[in-house]
Amino acid sequence: MPALWKLHSILPRPNRRTMEKFAALISQLDGTTSTQEKLDLLVRYFQSVPDRDALCALALLSGWRPRRCLNSSELRSLAAKEASLPLWLVEEAYHFTGDLAETLALLIPFPGNATPSALPTSLTEVLTTLQNLVSNPERARDFILYVWRGTRPSERFVFNKLLTGGFRIGVAQRMALQAFALSRGLDPDFVARRLGGDWNPLDMDSAFSEQDQEEADLHRPFPFCLAHPLELDDVGSLSVDTFFFEYKWDGIRGQLLRVQGRCDLWSRGGEWLNSAFPEIVEAVADLPSDGVLDGEILIWREGQIQSFQELQKRIGRKKPGPDIRRRYPAIFLAFDLLSVEGQDLRTWPLAERRRMLEEFLPARHPVLRASNLLQPASWEEALDLREKAKNYGAEGLMIKNKEAPYHGGRKRGVWWKWKVAPLTVDAVLLYAQSGHGRRAGLCTDFTFGLWHEGQLVPFAKAYSGLTDEEMEEVNRFIRHNTLEKFGPVRRVKPELVFELAFEGIHRSSRHKSGVAVRFPRILRWRHDKKAQEADGLEHLKNLALQRQPTGNSESHPQKSAGDNF
Amino acid sequence: MAELIERRPEGLYVPAADVYIDPWRPVEKAIITHAHSDHARPGHRAYLAHPVTAAVLRARLGAHIWVEEKDYARAFRIQGVRFSLHPAGHIPGSAQVRVEHKGEVWVVSGDYKTSADGISSPIDPQRCHVFITESTFGLPVFQWEAAPLLAERLCSWAAHQLQAGCHVVLSVYSLGKAQRITRLLNEAWIVPYVHPAVAEMSQALQQAGVPVGNFSPLSALENRGETGVILVPPAAEEAVLRRLKGPVVTAACSGWVSIRGFKRRRNLNQGFGISDHADWPGLLATIRHTEATSVRVTHGFSGPMAQYLSENGLDARPLETAFNPAEAE
Repeated sequence: MPALWKLHSILPRPNRRTMEKFAALISQLDGTTSTQEKLDLLVRYFQSVPDRDALCALALLSGWRPRRCLNSSELRSLAAKEASLPLWLVEEAYHFTGDLAETLALLIPFPGNATPSALPTSLTEVLTTLQNLVSNPERARDFILYVWRGTRPSERFVFNKLLTGGFRIGVAQRMALQAFALSRGLDPDFVARRLGGDWNPLDMDSAFSEQDQEEADLHRPFPFCLAHPLELDDVGSLSVDTFFFEYKWDGIRGQLLRVQGRCDLWSRGGEWLNSAFPEIVEAVADLPSDGVLDGEILIWREGQIQSFQELQKRIGRKKPGPDIRRRYPAIFLAFDLLSVEGQDLRTWPLAERRRMLEEFLPARHPVLRASNLLQPASWEEALDLREKAKNYGAEGLMIKNKEAPYHGGRKRGVWWKWKVAPLTVDAVLLYAQSGHGRRAGLCTDFTFGLWHEGQLVPFAKAYSGLTDEEMEEVNRFIRHNTLEKFGPVRRVKPELVFELAFEGIHRSSRHKSGVAVRFPRILRWRHDKKAQEADGLEHLKNLALQRQPTGNSESHPQKSAGDNF
Repeated sequence: MAELIERRPEGLYVPAADVYIDPWRPVEKAIITHAHSDHARPGHRAYLAHPVTAAVLRARLGAHIWVEEKDYARAFRIQGVRFSLHPAGHIPGSAQVRVEHKGEVWVVSGDYKTSADGISSPIDPQRCHVFITESTFGLPVFQWEAAPLLAERLCSWAAHQLQAGCHVVLSVYSLGKAQRITRLLNEAWIVPYVHPAVAEMSQALQQAGVPVGNFSPLSALENRGETGVILVPPAAEEAVLRRLKGPVVTAACSGWVSIRGFKRRRNLNQGFGISDHADWPGLLATIRHTEATSVRVTHGFSGPMAQYLSENGLDARPLETAFNPAEAE
């Protein structure tokens, strides 16, 4: 078979250079911070390209990752060789820019002005070619070099983004979806539902033709209703009777569908989980009627809900065997009913849906359970419930407006999450490392230390929490107070004190300090404190003793699907 | 053996002549490569510089300072050490300092670039034994696109924005970059409005005979009620943005904004990678041209650059200085 890309150079099709349009779209999106302008650009782009390209672009902007034909270290080596640079220098450059696709785009010598663009003509073609080269690394290298040598940095950057998979460029998924819907005259909610699950734009037969739309649609989840962090000011003036209160559990948010007898379990992240949690799917299949449930997938053992870490042990298995299923039994804790027997309930008030939910679920079912409604008599009691949530292994409370319909997305005034207040310490900045993306070139990854026997012992890394101005100021300090450099990491004069917040503490033999903290983050810069006034390790350990809940004291591994609220 | 140029707490020092080059603490005698503030500091007793740099120094540090003026390629002696200034192509008046003593030649580059900017004398690399080079953009991700291409992109974008009824605020360094951009805009029939800090530098250069192009003071814009391209130094950008009425777009012209992260961090609508420093290929080419076997790498990416040069057979090492590359573009 002749190489696809060789044909392109012989047979240019100037009117169909839709790949260039996509590259231009990305540059233009980069050039504006206005939401309206971004939306306009997206709509115009979607209108100007064929369906398949539009779908591919929508998928990419929504976080779809094409399969990679070379991994990141193979790409680095290829670029290093092409630019005649040592690999360590490529790494150094990558640490500086913080973006692999961009680094590689800039490293390769630029083509002369006369060189025509070597990008294949359409986005679909690029993606198809790359997909066909997945198991053929040699050919993949040839293809990539061919494109690199014939493109300008801005096009190269977009091409590299397709190679490296990630496409986070400041466009919200919802906006891309809305623009796509507008360009095709479709209802955004309808598109959202159609694309709610796991889909590959290259494998879809007919994208949005009327017939199969409705068919496929039926078995996909509704757009999930998401919660806002609660500010007491938002609701404090309203009576607690206005709301339902539930514990906020740390599991996998999902929708469980039984539609025309067919059952599907979808995570919020769009993963189809039927094979991972067969007992849940079997349970809903046994029900007498159709319905769509919203809830949380959790592990239930010894009469209580287990930590996310226990759940984690099952997520890794695509098809859990009987042993795993016995050791980590899963339940679906339902808190909402979105449709029943084909009737959409989403416009109904929550209180009504809750009543329907309780009727829908069989009593005392071991796998399908309804969430407990808590009934605080006042906000003070609610506060108390939240404080005690940790004792049960919950993260805090969910608060939902009884009268509100079910809204897709994060709409204000419908659902809130109210997490337990974090633990805090004052710690000293010890090391800094340059960051990625928007803050490339700045040190944004910080390591902090606490006092122990007259020395500062590193105990936590934190990334976020400072304003841009503070970040500049901290970086100025770092530039002038670096004591040592190892690669991208700088050891700085221990002078600056920051208040750090975190969610939990546990013992760790892997950390120098002997403890590890969960979700550390910077609360504020303590200009008022000197390094000597920072807290000691003892203080941290005391906090741990005071606050350590039972049953949920283990560290919190990375979530795979980001399925919490 | 004592070195011809060494690093003292005050700055780079030539012991045989008892003179400093771009010192960062007050000294008796200072040779100044160019008039940017991290290289030309106040408080020295006597300055020596190219006439154009001298003019800017007087505007910047006060007419009272003592400056001796030396043209490019005119040798002069200090205590038996032979010195000469040679174009560095960075900004008008910018010079490399060549130092020759007992058959040994060292060159201090100051800041330099290899592409023409229309207002500075083009760089003239000098053969030497030891080359002290800057490395502001000493990573291979820094490769400037062709200057005419960038100029064309800047002008057509600015013209488009003006037509669409937006003010265009360009954040540029007030000395060198601002005048270069003024001339570029003039070619597209755009006369920029400039911040007073820019105007001051443009006037000083103009008096020294540098063709800086046509510009209007920023105050003129407020009276006219039309949209304009406005050149502001980065530090004044916020204040100017607060005062402008109507829609505004912002851009920076700097080597840094060729990296997306920088552009986004500064919330700019556009970035044009127009730099007054050499890019990675430019640095390497210049070092090659000097035929130096020994290279000292100062401000910028001195570590990686020195290591790369060492791996390519040069005696290269980083040399810590107090020049601030992040704030000098």
